[in-house]
Amino acid sequence: MDPSTLILLLFVFTLAGFLGFELIAKVPSQLHTPLMSGSNAISGITVVGAIIATSTMGDSELGRWLGFAALVLATINVVGGYVVTDRMLAMFRKGKK
Amino acid sequence: MDFVQIQNLAYIGASILFILGIKMLGKADTARKGNRLSSIGMLIAVVATVVGQASRGELHWGMVLAGLVLGGGIGLVSARKVAMTGMPELVALFNGFGGLGSLLVGWAEVAGVIKIDGFTGVAVWATILIGGITFTGSMVAWAKLAEKIGGSAVTFSGQKVLNAALFVGLLVCGGLWISTGSPGLLYAVIALSLVLGVMAVIPIGGGDMPVVIALLNSCSGLAAAAAGFVIANNVLIVAGCLVGTSGLILTVIMCKAMNRTLGNVLFGSFGAANGAGAAVEGEMKALSVEDAFYVLEAARDVVFVPGYGMAVAQAQHVVKELGELLTENGAEVRYAIHPVAGRMPGHMNVLLAEADVAYEQLCEMDDVNATMEMVDVAIVVGANDVVNPAAIEDETSPIYGMPIINVHRAQTVFALKRGKGAGFSGLVNTLFFRDNTRMIYGDAKETISGLANQFKE
Repeated sequence: MDPSTLILLLFVFTLAGFLGFELIAKVPSQLHTPLMSGSNAISGITVVGAIIATSTMGDSELGRWLGFAALVLATINVVGGYVVTDRMLAMFRKGKK
Repeated sequence: MDFVQIQNLAYIGASILFILGIKMLGKADTARKGNRLSSIGMLIAVVATVVGQASRGELHWGMVLAGLVLGGGIGLVSARKVAMTGMPELVALFNGFGGLGSLLVGWAEVAGVIKIDGFTGVAVWATILIGGITFTGSMVAWAKLAEKIGGSAVTFSGQKVLNAALFVGLLVCGGLWISTGSPGLLYAVIALSLVLGVMAVIPIGGGDMPVVIALLNSCSGLAAAAAGFVIANNVLIVAGCLVGTSGLILTVIMCKAMNRTLGNVLFGSFGAANGAGAAVEGEMKALSVEDAFYVLEAARDVVFVPGYGMAVAQAQHVVKELGELLTENGAEVRYAIHPVAGRMPGHMNVLLAEADVAYEQLCEMDDVNATMEMVDVAIVVGANDVVNPAAIEDETSPIYGMPIINVHRAQTVFALKRGKGAGFSGLVNTLFFRDNTRMIYGDAKETISGLANQFKE
């Protein structure tokens, strides 16, 4: 990785960090669990890295299988996280009436 | 415009949806829509990646499809099947999987590589460290929540020294690995990270789990962001960093609800070494279900205070039933929810919503405390530390300063409890010895349904 790429990535990281702190302020306790499991699903974004690793990375057989394992785990994280959050929020809505 | 540029544009779109999604998740009216928006963002990111790889002729169709189908299937089934009582365990598991996924992505990047680039090496090291801690830390949290292992804090002398030594070992092995590229050193980094995750979570007791779960959630995001540095991918960095920081905010909310600092939760080994507080005078007064019924029948203002015990006894449905009967009887019924009641942030809200309790009846701690003197009966269902008056009265108590639900100010308190022993944290709850407190021993679910049956007769 050349330094200019790194600096660009750090730039994005820093801005995203500050944005994350500003994004949610006073969250009602009702939403603590859905916020957590919903954002947890987003952390499964590593699925993107896993797809790349499975396809190309390092061109080694080991790297490919590591990528595959990562892909399965991250997809569980993504799909499971979104579905369970949706289930919970549907329940809250019903309770609200 | 070529496929790579289109792919990056799609990543920008996905990032916007993640940002909007998290923002909307923080508000009751928009939460569900927000979750769906962010899932669309994820779909866009995945499709863009697959198309981008395919356009360069670098897609291993078979493995990618198999991985997506397999992971998606497992995720879907477990998310559909889990009972709401099993929610903390599931969140811990998903956290751990995300962390391990990131670790493996970092590892895959350097598998079979002899010459390690300096920046990439540091990024891989950070990914493995954070991902590894997230993975084993979440697994220990899961095991504690699922009661596969004891939930109390595990401490031993020299624990902090050992953890510090582990970290130094990680720095040394990491540095040597980056300079030599020797796979053995990489494996050492992986192993040490995994051990550190275990060591970091075992000294934390069950009552502090909401903080730990929130923090591990934040870490799983940071692990993804670190993996983004490894493969120089912006969408990983943005999404991971958003989860990392918003998760940190939730962690801080949890810490505030216990009047403790994050450092104190992580390194304080609460309830293990601290003093047990002042001795208690008085005795616990038991009450039968029949007598409790007569008190409740006359009550006009009733507050339920649920805690982890309600989750264990799966009593949320009978609690709701009793609540309805009390309402029919002319009483005002509310549910007072402490932010750290249960084992994850918002645990009690999830359980009561599952039982179909109306949103308006769920009250935050401060609102209920303001009118506690007017409450005729406060029914404590399996809550302990969050209603312990020692937190405001006994300066020697380890929980002194923690905001509590002031049920001791209510006219009468019913404390539903399995037995006479101390609670989860091992602390004596002075509430149980108060003049206005009556203990109703037995399984919370049976007690509540016993009360409900009396009302029906």
